[in-house]
Amino acid sequence: MANRAAVVGVGQTKHKSRHKEVSIAGLVRQAAERALADAGCGWQDIDAVVLGKAPDMFEGVVMPELYLTDALGGNGKPVLRVHTAGSVGGSTAVVAANYVQSGAFRRVLTVTFEKQSESNATWALSPRMPFVPHVNAGAGGFFAPYMRLYMQKYHAPEHIGCLVAVKDRLNACRNPYAHLQIPNIDLAMVQQSPMLWEPLHFLESCPSSDGACALVIADEQIAERSPNPPAWIVATSTRADGVMYAGKDNIHPKSLIACAKDVYSKAGITDPRRQIDVAELYVPFSWYEPMYLETLGICGEGEGWKLTEAGATAMTGDIPINPSGGVLSSNPIGASGMLRFGEAALQVRGMAGEHQVDGARLALGHAFGGAHSYYAMWVVSADKP
Amino acid sequence: MSDAREPVTGIEVPINLKYEFTAGAALARFLSSIREGRIVGQRCPGCSSVYVPPRGSCSRCGIATEEEVEVSDRGVIESFTIVHIPLPGNPVKPPFIAANILLDGTDMACLHLVSEVPTERVVVGMRVQAVWKPREEWGYTFENIAWFKPVEGA
Repeated sequence: MANRAAVVGVGQTKHKSRHKEVSIAGLVRQAAERALADAGCGWQDIDAVVLGKAPDMFEGVVMPELYLTDALGGNGKPVLRVHTAGSVGGSTAVVAANYVQSGAFRRVLTVTFEKQSESNATWALSPRMPFVPHVNAGAGGFFAPYMRLYMQKYHAPEHIGCLVAVKDRLNACRNPYAHLQIPNIDLAMVQQSPMLWEPLHFLESCPSSDGACALVIADEQIAERSPNPPAWIVATSTRADGVMYAGKDNIHPKSLIACAKDVYSKAGITDPRRQIDVAELYVPFSWYEPMYLETLGICGEGEGWKLTEAGATAMTGDIPINPSGGVLSSNPIGASGMLRFGEAALQVRGMAGEHQVDGARLALGHAFGGAHSYYAMWVVSADKP
Repeated sequence: MSDAREPVTGIEVPINLKYEFTAGAALARFLSSIREGRIVGQRCPGCSSVYVPPRGSCSRCGIATEEEVEVSDRGVIESFTIVHIPLPGNPVKPPFIAANILLDGTDMACLHLVSEVPTERVVVGMRVQAVWKPREEWGYTFENIAWFKPVEGA
C-alpha cells in the first residue's frame, strides 16, 4: 500500500491570449507562488520540483527546465521535467503524486505551463514528415475525421458539439481564471461561427492560451495540518499507445479504456456516473465530451451525445463535466491537463468559488496527449482513503 | 515603426532547421518504390495487416514486419475533414479536403488530399484513385501522388 498523498495547494494564472507583461519564468512563478500560499508553506519547505510542458517548439525555447530551475526554487533540489504531449499536465501531477506516495519526498511542487503566444502551435503540430504528404493540419485536422465517424455511427445530431461549446463557455464565465469569457454565447452563435475543420466550427475548438498551473502535493502528516482542506489522491493511472496502427479506434481508444479501468479499480469505483460527483475531462474539441463519456464508462457506447443533449453534463446535471470551462475555454496546452487535475482537487476541497458543484466529494481529472498517444487520470476525494 | 516611448515587451527571433532523416530499411524500400511510381507496404506476420507506408513493425502486435506487398493506388475514403485554415509553411490553399484513405489491400488509412470533386459531394466510403504528378517530377516522396480523385464511373 502506497503512502497517502494529498493536494494541499492549487495555483493558476489568469489564462489569456498573450501574457506580454511577463516572461515564461515570471508566469510559472506566479502560479507556483499562489499554490504555495494556498498550501501555507514557503519555497524552503519544498523537497522536489516536477515541471511539465508540451513540445518545446510551442514557444521556441528548447529545454526550458534549465532556465526555469532557479525561478522555481529548484537549485540544489531534485528537479525533473516530464513530457507526454498534451496530457503532460496530468502525467506531471501523477509523477509528483507518485513521488510522495512512494515516500521519496514529503512535499513536492509541481508546475506546468504553456505560453502559446511566443510561437505557433499549429506549425509545431504540422511538421513536414518525410514519408507522408504534408497535409496534416494541426490537432483539429487529425481529430475532425473521427468526430465525423462518431456522428455517423451513432446518429448524433449535428448541434450536439455546439451544445458542449455553449455549456463549457457559460461555465467559464463563473471562473475568473478562464481565458474565454463569452456571456452572451448561445447555440446560434456557435453554429454561425466559421468552419475550421469540418464538421468542427471555430467556437467548438479550444483557444490558444498563455497560462500556468501549479500544485503542492504533500504526505498525510503535512496534509492534516495544512491551512485549507486537502484533496486526497485516491488513485492515479497513465497509459501510452502507438500513434497509428491497423484497427486503432480513435473514437473509443482502448488505451484510455484501460487507463479508466485501472484508475476506477484502484479507487473502488464500479458505477462512475453515480459515484463521481464531478469530472474535469480534457475536451479541446467539443465532440470529445460525448466520446469520452462513453470511453470512460460514464455511459454506454452511443449514449454520450444523449447525456450532453439532456443537460446531464451541465453544472446542474447529475454528472457535471468541466465546471471550470475546460480546455474549450482555456488552453495553455502544457498546463491544460494539470488544470483538469487541479480543478478536480478544488471541487472536493470546496474551493471552486462560483463554479463549485454543491457537495462534491469525489472528482475525476483526465488528460490526453498526442494522436491518442498518452493518457493520465486521477481520482481525488474530500475523504481520506 | 514602433513608438520609441512604448515599452518593449518582446522581440522576434527566427529558428530554422534542416535535418537528415534516416529512413530505416522498411521506409527506404517504400521511398525507393514510390520513386518509381509503385506503392510498397509490409504485411504483419501476426495480424496480417498491411501497412503503407511501412514502418518495419506493427505496433498493434509489437512485432517486426518484413514481407513486402505491392498495393493499388486506389482506395476508399475512411473519413475526412474540410480544412478552412491555411497550413503554416504549406502552399495548399484552403478550403481543401484532407482524407484518411484506405488503399485497397491495406489495413491502415493514410492521410492525403482529395480533389477534383466539389467538397459537398465527398462522403465517407467514396472510392478514390491516385492522381500522379508528371513522372519527371517524381522524387522519394508520397507527394508523387498530387491528390486523390473520385474513381470514374464508380
